[in-house]
Amino acid sequence: MTKLTIAKAINAGLRRAMERDPKVVLCGEDIGTLGGVFRVTEHLQKDFGEDRVRDTPLAESGIMGTAIGLALRGYRPVVEIQFDGFVYPAFDQIVSQLAKLHHRSQGRVKLPVVVRIPMGGGIGAVEHHSESNEAYFAHTAGLKVVFCSNPEDAYWMVQQAIESDDPVILYEPKRRYHEKGEVDLDAQSAPRDLFGAHVLREGTDVTLACYGPMVKTCLDAATAAEDEGHSLEVIDLRSISPLDIDTLTASVAKTGRMVVVHEAATFLGVGAEVAAQVTERCFYQLEAPVLRVGGYNVPYPASKVEEDYLPDLDRVLAGVDRSLAY
Amino acid sequence: MSSDSGVAVTPEVGDPFARVVPPPDPDRRPGGSYGSPEMIQILTPEGEFIEHPQYGRFLEDLTDDDLRGFYRDQVLIRRLDTEATALQRQGQLGLWASMLGQEAAQVGCGRAMRPQDYAFPGYREHGVAWCRGVDPLELVALFRGTNKGGWDPAEHNFHLFTIVIGNQVLLATGYAMGILLDGDVGTDDPERDTAVMAFFGDGATAQGDVNESFVFAAVHNAPIVFFCQNNQWAISEPNWRQTAIPLYKRASGFGFPGVQVDGNDVLATYAVTRAMLERARSGEGPAFIEAFTYRMGAHTTSDDPTKYRVSAEVEVWKHRDPIARLKVYLSRSGKADSAFFADVEAEADALAEKLRRETHAMPDPTPESMFDHAYSEPHAQVDRDRAEFRAYQEAFADVEGEQA
Repeated sequence: MTKLTIAKAINAGLRRAMERDPKVVLCGEDIGTLGGVFRVTEHLQKDFGEDRVRDTPLAESGIMGTAIGLALRGYRPVVEIQFDGFVYPAFDQIVSQLAKLHHRSQGRVKLPVVVRIPMGGGIGAVEHHSESNEAYFAHTAGLKVVFCSNPEDAYWMVQQAIESDDPVILYEPKRRYHEKGEVDLDAQSAPRDLFGAHVLREGTDVTLACYGPMVKTCLDAATAAEDEGHSLEVIDLRSISPLDIDTLTASVAKTGRMVVVHEAATFLGVGAEVAAQVTERCFYQLEAPVLRVGGYNVPYPASKVEEDYLPDLDRVLAGVDRSLAY
Repeated sequence: MSSDSGVAVTPEVGDPFARVVPPPDPDRRPGGSYGSPEMIQILTPEGEFIEHPQYGRFLEDLTDDDLRGFYRDQVLIRRLDTEATALQRQGQLGLWASMLGQEAAQVGCGRAMRPQDYAFPGYREHGVAWCRGVDPLELVALFRGTNKGGWDPAEHNFHLFTIVIGNQVLLATGYAMGILLDGDVGTDDPERDTAVMAFFGDGATAQGDVNESFVFAAVHNAPIVFFCQNNQWAISEPNWRQTAIPLYKRASGFGFPGVQVDGNDVLATYAVTRAMLERARSGEGPAFIEAFTYRMGAHTTSDDPTKYRVSAEVEVWKHRDPIARLKVYLSRSGKADSAFFADVEAEADALAEKLRRETHAMPDPTPESMFDHAYSEPHAQVDRDRAEFRAYQEAFADVEGEQA
């Protein structure tokens, strides 16, 4: 086992994928000599060359559209979008072409493209650098949308996403990039399915469903709740499209309560979908409505007040208390 | 800078604030001018062959069979296009985007491509599709709503039609970058060296994707030919709403050559495209071709061009017809006789009849097929939705069973 940060784990995963398959190429802004603004691709250009680690012009639609073209030629491009808020120029290419070509071609055209997006807030950034825009992509059929929350998942999920023949949006929690965890770099196969939820902590009173940067927050909340005598189950969704609803319903069958936690605004967000699906399936087992704790329905605020916008341990526990009060 | 009379004059040398070109003149209408003085033309509208010092050599190895083939291609696709428009009017198609008037532009470049070259069309490239061997019935199936593109792109090296204006140009550029990575340029192996043709119209030149394509292709020196059919109209918007300078002049700003060719002249279009494709395949990078042509019909069958353009303009362009001039040339030069022309007409009628018959016989897809291929690998939500749809349908079957 090796202790790695999430950023280093993704780097190791990319390196392993590139060693295994010469068709894997990386495309993005500043990912070469600089190693990316978060250094996720550090040293890769030095080791794999400029053809495979490609510094692109500063045009996200261009990066995305040419990556699709490379995939049509038989490559497996991994695109880095520098920050969540910069993906919108590429939105058209992602939604109109990347997501739809397999369907449009009746399965003849496969697009094994990975779009890596550092996401979320909590780093004191200026505007457009702290967004959680996963619902846009999860709402688009043809895309798969996953989040890593820890170094081991980061290492494996990026490799699994690259191996997938479908386009995958891989969200990386940028404020957790430098948090460390154990990764077994000698393991030969992934410990779990790319699209399966993972029960990280078992509990009996309330289920916390979360993903990305909120996983650590929820685990901390569960530890704190234990002191108050509440047993919380924490599930890392990992994939929001497809959604592993069976793991969620199995948990709710046990606890009878669920709180969904994410940084994105709750209105029409992933939590709304989870709440609807869990309620449809577990109506008679629920002791309380499925509740949501997330961002407010405003543009992401200035960083001096972002801590009040983002769910934290106390807001998660307040959500748990609301659920238990029914 | 303009003089008092409103006539544009050349900006003074050294004036950093002068416009490069005069502002658009709202009274300017397509149809007046016939391209720029630099436009490459080899076959005049009257069918006169003019030797071209630079591009003439790209026609040297054409046989009379090839020339008759250019004529046959154009007549057949015009007939297919007319038939498809009729099929739409008869309710067999939801929509049709006619290419009437653009036959030479598409046959000229389509026949300049080699089998290994790859084309990325918009949605009006029926003539290019024909040259790439795509069954016209597949084009009709798309506009009928039977599917969203039924041909195998890899079989024809002809990508699916792209409806979002300009999207395909970036895909084409990426594909060309992949050719570079594969080392399939500049090897001097005519079977191996490969280039890409990206198709788009004058309207698309305003799109970010198209301009980004120019940047990406230029900095990578990608083997791609940007083929813009300037048919003068982007639905109702004339050229001068899209661009302040002639389109082919934009290329130099991006760092590669731009050529304006008479898009109604199949020989000039063939020669220029072949030149630029050979250049790209040999590793010399991208080029931009503006094929100056005219959309004789409506934008699509849903459009009414009488709302925005005058019939006199269409009349002017009728005299520039691409097929008529080639027929005159072939007749006068003795390269084709009346029997040949009669045979082509008969073949066109038979082809149209076949298209009509097969369109009427085309089965609808099964409703459940909508769930196929949303993903290449399983997706739990699609599986759930498919199961729900199936259960809903089966509920009707039960009711019908009870009633029976």
